[in-house]
Amino acid sequence: MPLLSVFFIRTALIYLSLGFTFGGLMLFNKGITIMPAVWSLLPAHIEFLLIGWTIQLLLGVAFWILPRFSRGPARGREEIAWLSYFLVNAGIWTDVLSPLFHELPWLPLLGRLFEVGAAAVFAGYAWGRVKPIGS
Amino acid sequence: MPPLTRWFIKSAFIFFVAAMAVRVLQTAGVLTDLPPFINALGPVYFHMFLVGWVTQLIFGVVFWMFPKYTQEDPRGSDRLGWSTFWLINIGLGLRVIAEPMNTLNPDTGWGWLLAISAILQWLAGLGFVINTWARVKAN
Repeated sequence: MPLLSVFFIRTALIYLSLGFTFGGLMLFNKGITIMPAVWSLLPAHIEFLLIGWTIQLLLGVAFWILPRFSRGPARGREEIAWLSYFLVNAGIWTDVLSPLFHELPWLPLLGRLFEVGAAAVFAGYAWGRVKPIGS
Repeated sequence: MPPLTRWFIKSAFIFFVAAMAVRVLQTAGVLTDLPPFINALGPVYFHMFLVGWVTQLIFGVVFWMFPKYTQEDPRGSDRLGWSTFWLINIGLGLRVIAEPMNTLNPDTGWGWLLAISAILQWLAGLGFVINTWARVKAN
């Protein structure tokens, strides 16, 4: 497994832990109220599990298993895929932490821009690897 | 395909069909009055789909296809893998029953089942992460 896939997938596993922990706290609290404030974790729960876990796992596996190039670097310009790793994680944390910065109402928008940037960068990187094996 | 993967994927299919069926039942509300239990299934539908189907399918495929842990224990701890399977299925199954019942009958004890469901699913997530972490490694 290439190093970038290790980073993508291990980071995804960390988000899975965080997302399940936040979800577990909210569900527990729904059954037995311990701290109503835990409901404020809902946006982070969704962001961590949908983008941090599911999407990031898919990006890591795609980088690992898509057909490689027979000429030049086997996985092409890896630095572009690394950029998508940093962008997606910058997007997640910008979005999740934005409620703490009420004086910066544009932060969630910036987070989503980072995430769409990550998607576009990765799609652009992987486009050429979606091909018949050996070509 | 190892037995645990087959159980994960077949259970995922059951939750997939069940989630789609709940969606049909909820939509049937445009034609007829639905039992309150059906109307209270909203959050359950999402989690049957995203935890029961998507996450469980991922768990099964990861257990099967990720790099070997060691030659002796290629898939890490079998016991932890099976624990993860039962924890997530019992936990989510409890939620399917307890969450709508708790919504319809608050303060009647269903909340405790919901709390137990939360703990079981949380343990399943941690179990999967612990068993998978060392298999995510560079060549």
